[in-house]
Amino acid sequence: MRSKLPAVVAVAVLLVLWQLASVSGLIPAYLLPSPVKVFQALYNDRALLAEHALVTLQEALYGLVLGVAIGFFFAVLMDAFEVLYRAVYPILILSQTIPTVAIAPLLVLWFGYEMLPKVILIILVTFFPVTVGLLDGFRSVDRDAVGLLRSMGAGRVRIFRYLKCPSAMPQFFSGLRIAAAYSVVGAVISEWLGGFAGLGVYMTRVKSAFAFDKMFAVIFLISAVSLALMAAVSLLERKCMPYRYLKDRKEDPK
Amino acid sequence: METLEVRGVSVSFDGRKVLEDVSVTLRKGELVCLLGVSGGGKTTLFNVISGLLQPDAGQVLLDEEDITGKPGHISYMLQKDLLLPYRTIEDNVALPLLLRGVKKREARKQASALFEEFGLGGTEKLWPSQLSGGMRQRAALLRTYLFSQDVALLDEPFSALDTLTKSAIHRWYLDVMERIHLSTLFITHDMDEAVLLSDRIYLLTGQPGRITSEIVVEEPRPRRQDFNLSPEFLQYKRRIQEQLQNP
Ligand SMILES: Nc1ncnc2c1ncn2[C@@H]1O[C@H](COP(=O)(O)OP(=O)(O)OP(=O)(O)O)[C@@H](O)[C@H]1O
Ligand SMILES: [Mg+2]
Repeated sequence: MRSKLPAVVAVAVLLVLWQLASVSGLIPAYLLPSPVKVFQALYNDRALLAEHALVTLQEALYGLVLGVAIGFFFAVLMDAFEVLYRAVYPILILSQTIPTVAIAPLLVLWFGYEMLPKVILIILVTFFPVTVGLLDGFRSVDRDAVGLLRSMGAGRVRIFRYLKCPSAMPQFFSGLRIAAAYSVVGAVISEWLGGFAGLGVYMTRVKSAFAFDKMFAVIFLISAVSLALMAAVSLLERKCMPYRYLKDRKEDPK
Repeated sequence: METLEVRGVSVSFDGRKVLEDVSVTLRKGELVCLLGVSGGGKTTLFNVISGLLQPDAGQVLLDEEDITGKPGHISYMLQKDLLLPYRTIEDNVALPLLLRGVKKREARKQASALFEEFGLGGTEKLWPSQLSGGMRQRAALLRTYLFSQDVALLDEPFSALDTLTKSAIHRWYLDVMERIHLSTLFITHDMDEAVLLSDRIYLLTGQPGRITSEIVVEEPRPRRQDFNLSPEFLQYKRRIQEQLQNP
């Protein structure tokens, strides 16, 4: 906890400075609402915001879960077949150079204003970091460890299950943490570009009403949702890899 | 197993010959050592015997059965301990049983029955990073033993240890060997270790590596307490040294 103290203090100082700048009239309220105003807006609109946030979170989770599943599938296939790796990997890289804002309206055209195009967009942005992380992990496996398992009579499937998959977990979780952050941003962008509900839709509405305090309120909320999701990933990581978070190493049991 | 026989094995990498016509025999209950300089092809020979590497020529026979290029017959402890960081010690040690299809609970039970014997009591639930070097080595040995109680290849099993730990583990190993009767072929480039532990010593020398001589250590096992300080011990070392200098 002590390691997080500087960050907490820094954020607090920033908020106080911002508040002082607003109250003193240094920055006009119609350009930048004070933090207190923003939190007020957040509080006043809490029921509506919660409703929209739930929609966004749901989309993000669906997209993330499917994105991870697809990413895993791709990674396993590309690891198993070198030809596939050579053929597909460049396409994957290429796919990531297409700007999200360009595909989102197309997806709306093809799939309508409901949840489907949003989930598809999130899958598109989340499977990539997962695939790359896993592939990296699979490929970094110790060759001697593969030899050891082969000498014990293990075939490809068992080598995958007992060695490659667990060895790739650290890289997988790095990818997953990025994907989790992308998933919320992806959801908001696709709602922004067409939809009936979600924080992105709320954003477009308060923007056209020039309600800047509400605008900032929803930005805060989106950050909070992203952070919560990333924290959940970290928690999962600690659960799955307790051996990476040992307190005293090299303790002698005798 | 009765005998493990390596016949006329040759290996080359990218046209460079590393092993030439190497033949080695291991009989039941023997502790035989392969002694040679670094880069001489010792590990390569073990990779062939374990079936991980297909030799250019020659055969590996286990009780007359040809197992050349077929892994899964012989226990092999590689040069590194290779304990998997994401498995507890008991699950690391039980791995060969799991790979053989033994159920997890049964595998753990079989493994834990031997923890005391291998000086690992109380480490079952720890992670590899929490063990000392000597304990990791013993855990790797136990894993090797659980794969096959018959014949084992040990690639420099004790080389990573400091001298004190090493001589303690030597005494322990000879002691355990008296009870478990594992036939062992092991690699070392430590002459003292070779003479102290082995029934026979093969010298692997030259480029490409060949077996240039075989030395039988007549000293009965268990060795007497001060064998490593006796004139006979020195005699064996001298013989090895001469052989290594003029093969
Ligand atoms: N897969 C490989 N591809 C190419 N060359 C190899 C390969 N494996 C080993 N070699 C070469 O074969 C030679 C013998 O290597 P090996 O590992 O068998 O030696 P060693 O006797 O075990 O040495 P050390 O005592 O240092 O472990 C070395 O020159 C090494 O570079
Ligand atoms: Mg070697």
